[in-house]
Amino acid sequence: MGRTEIRIGGLGGQGVILSGMIVGKAASIFAGRHATLIQAFGPEARGSACSAQVTVADAPIGYPYVKNPDVLVVLSRDAYAQFAPSLKPDGMLLYEEEMVSLADHPLPPGVKAYGIPATRFAEELGRRLVLSMVMVGFVAGVTRLLTVDAFEKAVVDSVPRGTEDLNLRAFRKGYEFGTGCVPV
Amino acid sequence: MKADPSGVLTGMHFLDGDHAACEGALAAGCRFVAGYPITPSTEVVERFASRIPMVGGVFIQMEDEIASSIAVLGGAWGGKKVMTVTSGPGLSLMMEHIGLAAITETPVVIVDVQRGGPSTGLPTLPAQADMMQVKWGSHGDYEIIALSPASPQECFDLMIRAFNLAETWRVPVFFMMDEVIGHMTERVDIPPADRIDVVERRWTTKKPGEYRPYAAGPDGVPDMVKAGDGHRIHITGLTHDERGYPAMNPAAQDKLVRRLTDKIRKNREALADIREDGVEDADVVVVSFGITSRVAAAAVDSARAAGLKVGHMRLVVVWPFPEHRIAQMAPRVKAFVVPELNLGQIALEVERAAAGRARTVRIGHAGGTVHEPEQILAGIREAAG
Repeated sequence: MGRTEIRIGGLGGQGVILSGMIVGKAASIFAGRHATLIQAFGPEARGSACSAQVTVADAPIGYPYVKNPDVLVVLSRDAYAQFAPSLKPDGMLLYEEEMVSLADHPLPPGVKAYGIPATRFAEELGRRLVLSMVMVGFVAGVTRLLTVDAFEKAVVDSVPRGTEDLNLRAFRKGYEFGTGCVPV
Repeated sequence: MKADPSGVLTGMHFLDGDHAACEGALAAGCRFVAGYPITPSTEVVERFASRIPMVGGVFIQMEDEIASSIAVLGGAWGGKKVMTVTSGPGLSLMMEHIGLAAITETPVVIVDVQRGGPSTGLPTLPAQADMMQVKWGSHGDYEIIALSPASPQECFDLMIRAFNLAETWRVPVFFMMDEVIGHMTERVDIPPADRIDVVERRWTTKKPGEYRPYAAGPDGVPDMVKAGDGHRIHITGLTHDERGYPAMNPAAQDKLVRRLTDKIRKNREALADIREDGVEDADVVVVSFGITSRVAAAAVDSARAAGLKVGHMRLVVVWPFPEHRIAQMAPRVKAFVVPELNLGQIALEVERAAAGRARTVRIGHAGGTVHEPEQILAGIREAAG
């Protein structure tokens, strides 16, 4: 587990950058590891392609870009089309299953794919906005990259005051769904 | 003296370089910023504007960069530590006042979050192509200091040093970030205020009437006064004598301009900050700065794994250029390899300092992204021959 490279792709407004921020913060502040977050987005505030690259490592991170992620998280069809070919063979794909169809594009060999209806779960929790927290929980549950505690502290530290409970519920929903896919 | 605690956000944070640079400025005691927000530097002033009401100070969003760069000079003479923040197109507009800051010896920090140029170029993508502009952009002979951070943590740490250098030497100090460093997020540890050393302005102890605003001490730097403290002084962009009055003759020009340049040139070695890694027995030395140093480090690791004797010098202080160190190493290395996000700027300085005793291999890149480590590795292999 020396170095894990993650790319999160979706649309502006889906919380893509916030998700990357939470993973990076969980690793570098609450788990004592190193993390670098790089973000890319279009000129529009909402609706344009948007992606976050997070590297988590035990040693300081030099080259900061993620070219061939170990873990790819996609929240839109376009992000899947754009980034699926770059996924490392034997890597992990985590996808919003109602937004992304795996039939659209082939995956590199050996990739394990895990889908989640994150948007629907978020709507059931009362706010579609928390889909990114469901997704972060799903990442935590499937990858076991860091402790749940580190992730939850990062969630609480990153979301607007007064929304901690809702966001934590969303995180836990995704986490439980994730651990259900990959039992301990 | 120690930092004013009101500006120090002590703790562990996950910040991008722009925000960390702002926190560094606040910790250093910066209490006046005038700027015209421009990508990719906007977040520096955005954060300053939101933080400064609590800390106690002023941010003004000016009508353009020309106004921003003169407003901060006024703020400095009003007694504050000051900064302006921009990117290439704005920096071009500031050149006139950078010269004014140099000749009036006004302490000012100018942040340049570099993007691809020329002109509006690549607003959201990186470059390191303003390195010569900050050295030579305004007319006449003068010297500046330029620092090149390679991480958000350094955006915080080195920003404090930038302010300290501006106050110590009374020159414009350039903080040469780039889009990647500005928008990259990493952990930033901000220490308690009592562990941050800040340099107070060189206030004169002389009384009105005795004080000569441009009478320099042994280090070539004069003391300052604050507007409103009873001194009647004249500050001008014209060549001036020790009293600050215009003295437009060759002798006064020679005395003033030599002092403006010598105060930095004669302290080149003391000002240098070079992070060296394995240069002692190296055949090839990679010379890098800023974001490129992180890519270069990856290339150096690969080259060593392939059995090549490669060293790495990272320039934290780029100006004044540490030509003494290149000159020392040139006779015993085969070549210097200089990757940078421009088509040959600092490589020219390395070439000049090496003076034909070692080759210089330029690994230019027009900007828009960083090098691939493989490009730098290919340059190292070529240099190792």
